[in-house]
Amino acid sequence: MPEQPQILRPQSDRSMIEIKNVTRSYGAFKALDDASLTIREGEFFSLLGPSGCGKTTLLRMIAGFDNPTSGSISVGGQPMEGIPANRRPTNMVFQSYAIFPHLNVEQNVAYGLKRLKLQGGEEKRRVEEALAQVSLTGLGKRLATELSGGQRQRVALARALVMRPKVLLLDEPLSALDKKLREQMQVELRRLQQAVGITFVLVTHDQYEALAMSDRIAVMFGGRIAQVASPKEIYQRPVTRQVADFLGGMNFVKAQIVEEDGASLVVDTLGFGRIKTDKPKAFVRNGGGATLGIRPERLRVLWDNATAKFEVAGKVVERHYFGEITHLIVEIPGLEKPLSVTETNDFGADDIPVGTSIRLAYDPEALVAMAD
Amino acid sequence: MIALRRFLSGGWLRAYAFLYVVFLYLPVIFLPIFSVNTAATPKFPLTGFTLHWYQDLPRTPALLDAAWNSLIVGVSAAVLSTLLGILAARSITRYRYPGRSTIHGLIMAPLVLPEVIVAISMLLVMLQLGLSLSLFTVVLGHVLVCIPYSMTVLTSGFEGFDRSLEEASADLGESAFGTFRRVTLPMVAPAIISSLLVCFTISLDEFIIAFFLTGTEATLPIYIWGQLRFAAKLPGVLALGTLLLVASFLLMTVAEILRRRAAGRTQNEGGLYA
Ligand SMILES: Nc1ncnc2c1ncn2[C@@H]1O[C@H](COP(=O)(O)OP(=O)(O)O)[C@@H](O)[C@H]1O
Ligand SMILES: [Mg+2]
Repeated sequence: MPEQPQILRPQSDRSMIEIKNVTRSYGAFKALDDASLTIREGEFFSLLGPSGCGKTTLLRMIAGFDNPTSGSISVGGQPMEGIPANRRPTNMVFQSYAIFPHLNVEQNVAYGLKRLKLQGGEEKRRVEEALAQVSLTGLGKRLATELSGGQRQRVALARALVMRPKVLLLDEPLSALDKKLREQMQVELRRLQQAVGITFVLVTHDQYEALAMSDRIAVMFGGRIAQVASPKEIYQRPVTRQVADFLGGMNFVKAQIVEEDGASLVVDTLGFGRIKTDKPKAFVRNGGGATLGIRPERLRVLWDNATAKFEVAGKVVERHYFGEITHLIVEIPGLEKPLSVTETNDFGADDIPVGTSIRLAYDPEALVAMAD
Repeated sequence: MIALRRFLSGGWLRAYAFLYVVFLYLPVIFLPIFSVNTAATPKFPLTGFTLHWYQDLPRTPALLDAAWNSLIVGVSAAVLSTLLGILAARSITRYRYPGRSTIHGLIMAPLVLPEVIVAISMLLVMLQLGLSLSLFTVVLGHVLVCIPYSMTVLTSGFEGFDRSLEEASADLGESAFGTFRRVTLPMVAPAIISSLLVCFTISLDEFIIAFFLTGTEATLPIYIWGQLRFAAKLPGVLALGTLLLVASFLLMTVAEILRRRAAGRTQNEGGLYA
């Protein structure tokens, strides 16, 4: 998992955006279904989910381009109902960037400032500052048609930042860039957010992007919010199978519930024995069964005579080489599906022959219960 | 061998293109040539150079009347068909609705109908409506034939106009009117001016519909038609024709430059998705 750039600002606990029971219907179809969410001041917040799950719909309602069918949205403590987009304390970076093609870079960035009628060179100063923030100093006189995709994206960013909004909304801002530029911009965007301290709300369908940049993430499916938590929590303790799957590989293990109280579960599994685990909030008991999950990198190959407090034995049935890591598929007696295991290649996991009997170490903490 | 063959085939193509252009423009070249010839009959060899026929033009009251009429009709037809064209083009480029392409087809149809048929049908309709024939009826007729051109020019200007540009403007604090003034208008202005010029030129040169739908007032092409009966007036007609030709050529060139500029802009914007 990519590491966040560690120039963290102290986080405030005050809320910036309150979304309460917001539904947006198109006829019988609900693009957004009873979504509730609190986004904190100064936070880098991501809306993550597959295409068509309602992320843009929610973002556009915050910006004021669309209105909830029911429910309410407030920004900075102020209810947004009836307030048009041009009078909201939010600015947006559009997916298409929406750079004005008849204006040059400087004029694009100054577009929103013109109405403020700033005195004595203040406008020029702020434009320069914004261009410097996105590393576009010196390109002010260029036309939009003379810029690369990455540069256009920076212009869109500067044009919104120069307005000093309370909230900056970004709709898949990196999706049009190639992989290398995208990764570079992820780091830059995060750094920029930390520097200006403005609340960022980012829409993305790329889980790595969300994990790398955000303070918190809301994972959405089919117009509903499935989980809101920090990247680490979302990745390690997904509350549903759907969330777990969306964020990367996950081994699912069937279990029988032995004991259940408010906060924890004790379950019996065939491969992993008896496990005590935290009960997820969304957990709904479905008869006596439950599903546990463990990420492939949380299973480690035990070499030679090494032992671990918790281990399972099995046989390698497939091996896939990925350069820095190797993917092993390991059959465990009693488990209906073989486990997938990712190992770094520093100890020779890439040389384990198919058919070898091996033992895997795990931490019972890494086995999390989730709702189906 | 290959080089030779290429030269030959290239040569043939060049010859064909040359003949094609000559055939197309030779008659057009004769017009200005004979308009500065001293003889009253258009015949080779040329007898001498004169601007006499041009100098006579402003001294002909009937011609000045016709020119004034053409100007009124041209401007009215251009403004009206561009207004209607804007509405049609915006609806066709911006919205998706059932029957959209049918409507598009119907608006473009006058382009391929024989003009004389359109003219006669228009005449019947005007008479049925009880309208007396005048420059006004000519304007209506010209609007009908201009709209397809106007709409073509405008759609190419509006196409790909990214709606998020208007949203971006609102997002940056601009009002609906401010957005129209600072974003929408500057983006589509070249296409609108281009449409006005194209329509004006078409109306200026149009004969058949004007001929059927006018009352007693003549437009320039009708005036020219009237003059053709008098052999002695021919050089004057040629001079007038040359002027019309030059004016049309200039107007259309400017219109095309503007249209390309408008289309280029919106296309570049559309390219951002790539
Ligand atoms: N104007 C509209 N009319 C009908 N359905 C719409 C409209 N806008 C969005 N939708 C539907 O709402 C759902 C959510 O869309 P959107 O918010 O754009 O998804 P995404 O998460 O990919 O940004 C999609 O299924 C989409 O088809
Ligand atoms: Mg979207």
